[in-house]
Amino acid sequence: MIRRALLPAGLLVLVALPFVATPYFITLMNYIGMAALVALGLVLLTGVGGLTSFGQAAFVGIAACATAWWTTRMGGSPWTGLLLALALTSLAATILGLATLRLGGHLLPLSTIAWGLAIFFVFGNLAVLGQHDGISGIPPVTLGSIELKSGPAGYALIWLTLGLSVWLCANLLDSRQGRAIRSLRGGAAMAESLGIDTFRIRLAVFVISALLAALSGWLTAHVQRYVSPTAFDVGPGMEYLFMAILGGAGHIGGALLGAALVTLAKDALQDLLPHLMKDSGQLEAVVFALLFIAVLQRARGGLIPVLARLLPPRAPTPTQPITADILSRRPQPAAGAEVLAISAVEKRFGGLVAVNGASLTLHAGEILGLIGPNGAGKSTLFNLVCGALRPDRGLIRFLGRDITVLPARRIATLGIARSFQHVKLRPTMSRLENVMLGAHLRGRMGLLAGALRLDRAEERRIRAEALRQLRRVGLDAAPDAPAGTLPLGQQRILEVARALAADPVLIVLDEPAAGLRRAEKHALADLLRSLRAEGLSILLVEHDMEFVMSLVDRAVVMEFGAVIAEGPPSTIRANPRVQAAYLGGAP
Amino acid sequence: MTGDLALLLAQDGLANGAIYVLVALGIVQVFLVTRVIFVPFGDIVAYASLTLAALQAGKRPGTVWLVLLLAVIAFIFEIAGPARRNIPRAALTWLALPLLPVAAVWLLTGVKLPLGLDYTLTIALILPIGPLLYRVAFRPIADAPVLVLLIVAVVLHFAVSGIALMVFGPEGARPALIVGGGLDVGGLYFPGQMLLMLASSAAVTLLLALFFDRTLAGKALRATAINRVGARLVGIRPGHAGLIAFLVASALAAISGILIGPVTTLFYDSGFVIGLKAFVGAIIGGLVSAPLAALGALAIGQLESFSAFYDSTMKDAVVFAVLIPILILRSLLQRAPEDEPEEEEL
Repeated sequence: MIRRALLPAGLLVLVALPFVATPYFITLMNYIGMAALVALGLVLLTGVGGLTSFGQAAFVGIAACATAWWTTRMGGSPWTGLLLALALTSLAATILGLATLRLGGHLLPLSTIAWGLAIFFVFGNLAVLGQHDGISGIPPVTLGSIELKSGPAGYALIWLTLGLSVWLCANLLDSRQGRAIRSLRGGAAMAESLGIDTFRIRLAVFVISALLAALSGWLTAHVQRYVSPTAFDVGPGMEYLFMAILGGAGHIGGALLGAALVTLAKDALQDLLPHLMKDSGQLEAVVFALLFIAVLQRARGGLIPVLARLLPPRAPTPTQPITADILSRRPQPAAGAEVLAISAVEKRFGGLVAVNGASLTLHAGEILGLIGPNGAGKSTLFNLVCGALRPDRGLIRFLGRDITVLPARRIATLGIARSFQHVKLRPTMSRLENVMLGAHLRGRMGLLAGALRLDRAEERRIRAEALRQLRRVGLDAAPDAPAGTLPLGQQRILEVARALAADPVLIVLDEPAAGLRRAEKHALADLLRSLRAEGLSILLVEHDMEFVMSLVDRAVVMEFGAVIAEGPPSTIRANPRVQAAYLGGAP
Repeated sequence: MTGDLALLLAQDGLANGAIYVLVALGIVQVFLVTRVIFVPFGDIVAYASLTLAALQAGKRPGTVWLVLLLAVIAFIFEIAGPARRNIPRAALTWLALPLLPVAAVWLLTGVKLPLGLDYTLTIALILPIGPLLYRVAFRPIADAPVLVLLIVAVVLHFAVSGIALMVFGPEGARPALIVGGGLDVGGLYFPGQMLLMLASSAAVTLLLALFFDRTLAGKALRATAINRVGARLVGIRPGHAGLIAFLVASALAAISGILIGPVTTLFYDSGFVIGLKAFVGAIIGGLVSAPLAALGALAIGQLESFSAFYDSTMKDAVVFAVLIPILILRSLLQRAPEDEPEEEEL
């Protein structure tokens, strides 16, 4: 109840505020709102997407300077200034994103400092932008004959913009593309194997966060009526990041809470510090830096999770019945048709030949087991099929199509779904959402449709499909519980459900029975048999001999990167080379 | 542009480059060993130079306040932390040891120092800063994702340079040249200090290479950077390795500050921009090896010198903007990305 009352109560306070608060407090609220927009972008970028930027203030600056120049020097209207600001900012963000988002590790955040400084130096030295003096006399935004300048009118403009942005972002995170954004954290391999173009998604998040900063810059220019380059330096950029992390970078509310706390604390410090010492401007920066470090050391998740613990726990949402119509399915090949053909594939890692001229074929509606001692090259071959690795030689065909050099993402679109030897789930996302990620390629809705809530029908279908798959593998007891709370063996089963949600032709499983108890193994074997009965083709890498031999139609045995035997389980068991490979002894 | 002018600019660029080489080497070495981009490195360089200048002017360097503050915080962390240490030992390591040079500087301020003692004092006073910063800022979250470590490093810069403004004031300072004179080679004049800087860079590169390749402590440091858990399993204490790495960083920063100070006036906030430019140079070099980083830093010096000739107000913007095409080039050259390690929630 309390949880559900929070949002309306907050909105009520925001609406009532201009009628009761002092003008000074309204001005503070305006600063909070403008900062919260930038922090909101950082929540998407850092807390949700796992990227970070110290240079958001530069985007604020690009927008503010663009609209200031347009309205003061060119005599344009603030509304066209807004368009110009958004266009220029997204152009800059796209170029910077293209340059840096492919590079891993430290290079993106560090280059954000560099471009932040570069843009700051440019602003400070361009005569047309007033150099270090900035631009003053910027006209306010007008709506008809109403001037939306500082005070309550500015408050309305700022908080309506912020409210709209929060609504759009919350919708986005709850959509198909939003799930893809949330899956970015923790490595790209899983997302790519589901057909998610992680580079495109990162670029999109980056540009969205820049656009939110641009909105803030546009508002700053027209509400303050003055822009100064010092507001766009790396220091303020740091402050925005502090706001997002202090409030809780993983939560949209964190942006608002953090912006409010930092702005109010700065205001209080500016009153307090001059009493303690002169030259207090610098002390303020030092105090903030030390506070920031303390937050990073003690409460990295920010305040929202701490506060959420004080509230009564969320009531479990009842499992909705499956009512939506079904997602369209791809046609399956006729039983017995060739699905996968690997011929003479070779993969070297330096001097080590991991796969040495291996060949195999897999037919529709067949379970093929890939077995062999440790280090035989099974997992490498597996990764070659899925596109996680690229072979040095040889040919891999899927449904008659050459997929040898295709990346994992393209292979996923053709109808191969996989599981991982080391389980790759998003532990903080719900079990249902993890499976919905698997159906990513079966949806069509884009970022804008998600943000505007035009995707509900498709979302219902994806959700229903995911629930269906959860039920099929027997994990539908608590679909909204975090995936990370499942024991490891069941996490593997959840990966199978995710693979099934993709509606694949071929499903490739890497040691799915590892860590399962006996009864669970039987259940898994039954599930795989029923999938086979539906015409699905399955490639299985497995160590558990009993499990494999009781299940597969044929097995392929590898040793030292080469295929040494192939055939139905009975022949494999009798093969002397296989016995030698597994048990040792004279060849 | 005439040939003579270009030559002059190139010479000027070499002088700039010599500065960046030293700093780039420091940053790259710390990065290769700890995977921490030690952003405050440049600030410590500025501290070193300002300390030396203050000592030479007979003034008490503000650095004593930074060391004092850090030592007290580190001591509190040590005795109040989850693993309660024995207090006398903590006091010895974290209070007495770092405060030794502070006391020496305090007593010797204003005394006419014999030759070379000002350099010794400067190095002694700067040395504790790295390990103390590590203890206070990084060690409590040593297992955090690299992204968090990087944010801490950047925030730390704001704290350290803010304190620098409070203790040194906004004025810059320039210590005396270590070597005067210079070499005249075919009409080009190479100042002695610049040659000293380049020679020191080469010597530092060599020494560090020997340290990391030939000594057990150096190898332990590299092992820790590659895999903390694995290093711990074979008996390396990651905390110790971190301390050593930051001690090395401090030493490099002290040497850089002493060498750079006499050729360019450093202000309390100069370190950050110098550090970033050196880092851009290191990225040109690919961030993989010291010699390549040095070449990249020299290139940055040239770029700065030539762009200053066309528009002196824009030279900083040009140096940072050049990062973009470099990164695009590196993106294009990069092979298939390896999967990043799974990271926990921020």
